[in-house]
Amino acid sequence: MPRPMTMTEKILAAHAGRSDVQPGENVWVDVDILMTHDVCGPGTIGIFKERFGDDAKVWDPDRVVIIPDHYIFTADQKCHRNIQILRDFVRQHGLRYYYDPDFVTSEPGMPNPYKDPTKTHYKGVCHKALPEEGHIRPGEILLGTDSHTCTAGAFGQFATGVGNTDAAFVLGTGKTWLKVPPTMKFVFHGQIPPYLTAKDLILAVIGEISVSGATYKTMYFAGDGVASLTLEDRMTLTNMAIEAGGKNGVCDVDEKTLQYVRARSNVPNWMVYADDPGAGYIFEHEWDLATLEPLVAKPFSPDNRDTAYNCREVKVDRAYIGSCTGGKITDMIFAASLLRGHSVKVPTFVVPGSTEVHADMKRLNVHGEPCQTGDKSIEDVLLDAGCQLAPSSCAACLGGPADTFGRLNEPMTCISTTNRNFPGRMGHKDAGVYLASPLTVAASALTGSITDPREYVGEPIVTGTAGTV
Amino acid sequence: MSTTITGQAFVLGDDVDTDQIIPAQYLSYNPADPEERKYFGMYAMSGIPVEQAGLPGGHTRFVPEGQFESTYKIVIGGRNFGCGSSREHAPLAMAQAGVQAVVSQFYARIFFRNCVNGGYVLPCECDERLIERIATGDQCQIDIEANTLTHLTTGKVYPLNPIGEVKPIIDAGGIFDYASQAGMLKR
Ligand code: SF4
Repeated sequence: MPRPMTMTEKILAAHAGRSDVQPGENVWVDVDILMTHDVCGPGTIGIFKERFGDDAKVWDPDRVVIIPDHYIFTADQKCHRNIQILRDFVRQHGLRYYYDPDFVTSEPGMPNPYKDPTKTHYKGVCHKALPEEGHIRPGEILLGTDSHTCTAGAFGQFATGVGNTDAAFVLGTGKTWLKVPPTMKFVFHGQIPPYLTAKDLILAVIGEISVSGATYKTMYFAGDGVASLTLEDRMTLTNMAIEAGGKNGVCDVDEKTLQYVRARSNVPNWMVYADDPGAGYIFEHEWDLATLEPLVAKPFSPDNRDTAYNCREVKVDRAYIGSCTGGKITDMIFAASLLRGHSVKVPTFVVPGSTEVHADMKRLNVHGEPCQTGDKSIEDVLLDAGCQLAPSSCAACLGGPADTFGRLNEPMTCISTTNRNFPGRMGHKDAGVYLASPLTVAASALTGSITDPREYVGEPIVTGTAGTV
Repeated sequence: MSTTITGQAFVLGDDVDTDQIIPAQYLSYNPADPEERKYFGMYAMSGIPVEQAGLPGGHTRFVPEGQFESTYKIVIGGRNFGCGSSREHAPLAMAQAGVQAVVSQFYARIFFRNCVNGGYVLPCECDERLIERIATGDQCQIDIEANTLTHLTTGKVYPLNPIGEVKPIIDAGGIFDYASQAGMLKR
C-alpha cells in the first residue's frame, strides 16, 4: 500500500520525477510557470544576465509570464525605466506572455491611464491576471517573485513566492529546490452567511494560528463552506496563506475550478490531484460558519484579530477597497451591494484588481449580471455613493511612491480590504490599518467608524456569473 | 571566508517584516545597477517604527543620515524575522548596509531562503531570546565553525542552532555557486 499523500506532496513528487516525497525532504523540481513583475523583474533580469551571460536564453519563453502592476501610476521616472527594462527583455527573448502598460511612455510625469479597460494590453495585479489570462492550471508548479503568488493555490496547484535570485535561477534552468512542506488543514462547515466573505474566514485562521503559525507549511482549506465559494473568493483564502507564514495554500479542485480553467487556458493537459484519505496533517481546525462573526485584523499585524462589533468605537479616516485580496469582481459586488443608495462618510478609494475587473464593473450590475437598459453598473453604484475610483494596479496596498493613489501619507486610520497592516505597509509608518472584508469596509465607510456589516446586510448577496468563467 | 563575524549589534523586536527592512517606496531603485544599489544600504531599516529601532531604547538610526553604510554588522531579531513580502531587496539592503549576519529565533520562509540562495547575510537561529539579553551597540562575535554567538560585553556564549541542510549552499556562497560546483550549471 503506498503511503497516503496530500495534494502538495503529490504535485512536488510528480515534478521531481518521484512516486513519493516526505515532508521535510528537499527536492529539485521542474517549474511550470515563472511570473515576475515591475518591482522584482529588473533585479531578476540583472542576476540572470550576470550569471548566465548577456546572450543567454531563458529556459522556455512560453513559461515566463511578466505582469507589470505595482508602480504604474506614478511620476517616479525610475518606475517607468523599470517597465522599459521589462520591455527590452521581453523583446530580446520573444516572450509571448507580457502584459504591457502601453500607456506608460517615455514622457516624464504621471502616465495617462487607459481609457477603456478592454482596450489595453495592461492587466493590473499579477495574481488576479494570472488565472484570468489562462496561466493557472491544477497540478502545476508556479513560482513568482511576489509573496502572494500563493493565491493560485485556489486552483489546486503548488504556487509560492521566491526572491530575485531564485527566479533568475529558474529563468535559466527551469528548476528549483523546494523543501516539501507538511500540511495544516482548515475546515469550514456550512454555507457562508450573507454578512461574511472569504476574508472573514482567512482572518479567523490567521488570528487562530498567528502570523508565523504556518511557517514552512501548506495551508489546505476544505469543507463545504469552501466548496460553496466562487474561485474568486477561494483566492482570498489562499492569497493570505503567506500572512500566516504559509509556504503555499490549496483548495480542492471541483467543477467550478475545471469550468474556469477550461474557459481560460489554452493548455489542454494537466493533472488534478487530491489528498488521499488518511493523508497526514500536522494540524487541523474546524469552524462552523454559522457561528463566525465579521472580523478585522487591527494594527499592526494580520493576526491581531477582533470582531468588527468590538471595534465599533474606532473612527476611520478613510476606506480602501482593492488589491489581489479584496479587489476582485465579487469583492466589488459585495461593496457595491452594501453601498447602493447610500453615501460614504469618509474618503473611500476603490482600485479594481485587474483591467478585467474594471471592465466587469462597467459591464455588470450589482447582481453580477450584464446591465440591461436602466440598470446601474457596479462602477456607477460606487461612484454614486461617493467613492473615488482609480485604474487597476497595486496602488496603495503596498504604499508605493508618495504620489500613489490612496497612499496613507500621514498618520491616520484606514479600513482596508487588503492583506497586510504591518507598520508602513500602506504608506506612513504611524498610519493604522484595519484589515476587513469588503462588506465591513463598505459598512464602515458609511458610518465613519468600524461597523459590523450585519447592520446593513440582510438578504444573501448574489454574485451571479461574475468571475465564474 | 573568515570563520568569525565581530561587530556591534542592532537589536529589533518580533515580526520584523520586509516593509520595515526596506520600505516599498524605495523599490524603484534597480538592484542590478551598482549606483542605484547603494541606496538600498542608505534606506535599510528605515521603515522600523522609531520606538522599535535599536532596542531596548529605540530611537536609534541604523544608517547615519545621508550615508550608505551602517556601523552595525550584526542584526538581532526576535520571532519570525523577515515576514511579509518576498522582496529580495530586504536581505540585499542589509548586506549593502554592511550587515554580515542576522540572528533571530526563527525566520519567515522566503526571507531565509533569499538570504541563503542570494548569499547576502548569514541567517542564524538561536533559541534564546537574545533581544532581551543584548542591547543595541553591544559587541558580539559569531563563530561560524563553533556555531556560537559570544556577547563580548558580558562574555556570555549562546549556542546557535545547526544550519542544517542548506549549509552547502551557504558555504558555496549562494544557489548559483552551489549549482555550478555541483555541475548542474554549464555556462
Ligand atoms: S495588490 Fe498588494 S498584495 Fe497584491 S500583489 Fe499588489 S502589492 Fe502585493
